Amino acid sequence: MIAELGHYALILSFCLALLLSVVPLLGAWWQDEVWMRFSRPLALTQVVLVFASFVALTTCFLIDDFSVQYVAGHSNSLLPWYYKMSAVWGGHEGSLLLWALILAGWTAAVARFSRQLPLPMISRVLGVLGIVNIGFLSFILLTSNPFNRYLPNFPPDGVDLNPLLQDFGLIVHPPMLYMGYVGFSVAFAFAIAALLSGRLDATWARWSRPWTTVAWAFLTLGISLGSWWAYYELGWGGWWFWDPVENASLMPWLAGTALMHSLAVTEKRGVFKSWTVLLAIFTFSLSLLGTFLVRSGILTSVHAFASDPERGRYVLMLLLITIGGSLLIYALRAPVVMSRIGFSERSREIFLLLNNIILMVATLTVLGGTLFPLGAEYFGYEVSVGAPYFNLMFAFLVPLLVLIMGVGIYSQWKDTKPGVLVRKIPLLAVVSLPVSLLVPWLYGEMAFLAVVGVFIATWLTMATARDVIQKSSSKKGYIRGWLKTSRSFKGMVLGHLGLAVTIMGATIVSHYNVEKDVRMEPGTIVTVAGYQLELVKFDKYRGPNFLSERAEVRVRNSAGREVSTLFPEKRRYTVSGSVMTEAGIDPGLFRDVYVSMGELVADDAWAMRVQYKPLVRWLWLGSIFMGWGGLLAVADSRYRVRLRQRLGNDTRKLEAEVGITGKAAPFARGEAG
Amino acid sequence: MHPKRKQRLIIVLFIFFGVSSAIALALYAMSQNINHFYDPSQIDEGEAPVDQRIRIGGLVVEGSVLRTSDTLDVQFDITDFRASVTVAYSGILPDLFREGQGIVTTGRLDQFGVFRAEEVLAKHDENYMPPEVQRSLDKAHAYAE
Repeated sequence: MIAELGHYALILSFCLALLLSVVPLLGAWWQDEVWMRFSRPLALTQVVLVFASFVALTTCFLIDDFSVQYVAGHSNSLLPWYYKMSAVWGGHEGSLLLWALILAGWTAAVARFSRQLPLPMISRVLGVLGIVNIGFLSFILLTSNPFNRYLPNFPPDGVDLNPLLQDFGLIVHPPMLYMGYVGFSVAFAFAIAALLSGRLDATWARWSRPWTTVAWAFLTLGISLGSWWAYYELGWGGWWFWDPVENASLMPWLAGTALMHSLAVTEKRGVFKSWTVLLAIFTFSLSLLGTFLVRSGILTSVHAFASDPERGRYVLMLLLITIGGSLLIYALRAPVVMSRIGFSERSREIFLLLNNIILMVATLTVLGGTLFPLGAEYFGYEVSVGAPYFNLMFAFLVPLLVLIMGVGIYSQWKDTKPGVLVRKIPLLAVVSLPVSLLVPWLYGEMAFLAVVGVFIATWLTMATARDVIQKSSSKKGYIRGWLKTSRSFKGMVLGHLGLAVTIMGATIVSHYNVEKDVRMEPGTIVTVAGYQLELVKFDKYRGPNFLSERAEVRVRNSAGREVSTLFPEKRRYTVSGSVMTEAGIDPGLFRDVYVSMGELVADDAWAMRVQYKPLVRWLWLGSIFMGWGGLLAVADSRYRVRLRQRLGNDTRKLEAEVGITGKAAPFARGEAG
Repeated sequence: MHPKRKQRLIIVLFIFFGVSSAIALALYAMSQNINHFYDPSQIDEGEAPVDQRIRIGGLVVEGSVLRTSDTLDVQFDITDFRASVTVAYSGILPDLFREGQGIVTTGRLDQFGVFRAEEVLAKHDENYMPPEVQRSLDKAHAYAE
């Protein structure tokens, strides 16, 4: 009964999405205020219905209703309640439902928090989001219904959730990642709405900027949660594999980063308008491409859920409609007029343009490496593109990006005084060069790429720090001055520092990771990077739904003092029979000691992998900074204050302009003059 | 030429050459890092290059897994039911590695025809069959008929 109610709610929400995509758009076209006013209530009702459907599925999991096929396939009565809840998105159908819920949630958030937007604009934005909603809800209803039942005979118990997914990381990683993926649909909707309205000026950039930044912040956190989860849960201490599905999340991130910066230029200076719109379309298309790659089953990947080709075809169709449709609108409506606002080759505009170009090249690099094997397979070659390709490309592109960034931070809109930028370089180099030689030397090996990595991380940190000092100088001292800077400036600083921290972590852990595969029995002592690991004993214990073989490993530092005791495990999950490695990790800000059990090689002796991972935590620490920076930037008061101030002017201006399409509104701002 | 135009031209040329060199590098990097897939029959017929990074895949032959008790060296055979190849590996095998399971491995073929594996992949789902292995099995099956 509950499942049927959930299904019913989903169908109703699909009908509302149909209305949402038709009524407000027609209203905006005919300038019918009554029709346009339907948009907000429709969006708010729709999210309630999708939420009801989601709650229904969750309830089916919690009450162990194994007559529902999806529940039987992904749960078990022995599963703890919190994993029953997170198992809702542990498979294909449920994760799509989560996707639909988040999409409806974003739609409702736009409806709720954009009261200051003019009605025709909000109607178009919500209408476009309604179309995206239709796409995903129909995908669920037609190909991947989570509420299908086994009737009349249903299994007495479920086949259990994949043990890899029985973990805290899985509870938070997919919702976070989807918040990011789906969040870009808002930027996309704003871009399409701006194209439809024909008023492609700086205002749409200002409106969509906070939404894009929030989505980006969530995506950053989602990707890094995924990396952290892979690190401790897959058991081998890897944190990035250039797996196609990881690439699928990295591509929208790179494009989204470019979009965030190009929106800044469009908002502040009114240039790059068409490019920004195109970038918004690209970013969302890459999110959809990611979904296609994961859901279609055409990829060989840990993430690929077993699925049938029909689903792949459906997502491919959605993808083609989105890309084709939006590019068609773009071709018809994007202004061909070159902007007359000039800027010099030392201006901030140029630096952000370079940022965009490098990020787009990086995106295309990843796209090429991910899609090449698929293309080759079509022509009968079975190939794969190895991680060295991606590593080489990023070892080339990231330093380029960061070096330009360090100088670009000091550039000003329109033009920077000659010599100002060049004069910053010696100071940055004087600090970065010794550090980049010292750090690898301390780690004991001067690898070229390690020197480069440390150099650029220091370069960026120094550049940001100097910028902070400059901007914080005030009569009342630097601390008061820093507190007085805007939140969006603080957010930028935090984001850039976060990137430096992540680069530092990635560089050091890639080059100075120590890994040993050893045979261990009680009494064996292994030394790795100064740490002594002694195997105390092996024992067995029984968990709620698994049997575990466990080792006890005592860790001593070089001084002989005991640091910690680790308990790596090998678990056999009783229902599915699958085996899982649970690593024993001693985490630290400057290093992790990582122990995992391989296999039994003799009586009371195991093959074990022991690792010393310097600065590995910095990878995720940096992305926390980046995500936090993004959220801080959005909390900037100017979005609210300015919008409120502008509200009066804008509505009056708009009333005058309604109906005048195809004409870019004159850009009038203080900074422009 | 108008100085403003000249400046624009320089910027455009700079971007053009920058992007082209990046693409050239990408193509070069890719050509160096493409790993071709071979199945055991192809290796048996000598189609696979020696001492080049390739990927091979097949089913682990029952009873072929040999381990030494004092090192982490392991040796096993993989097959597509027409031919089989011996794979040598040193280290810890993935959790789902077992006899009869379809696996894919990356490494190099030595001159004695033994595959020196650098990485062994078995997927985290026991019902999962790597698509390459499935195709090579289908091919071998079709050949047998």
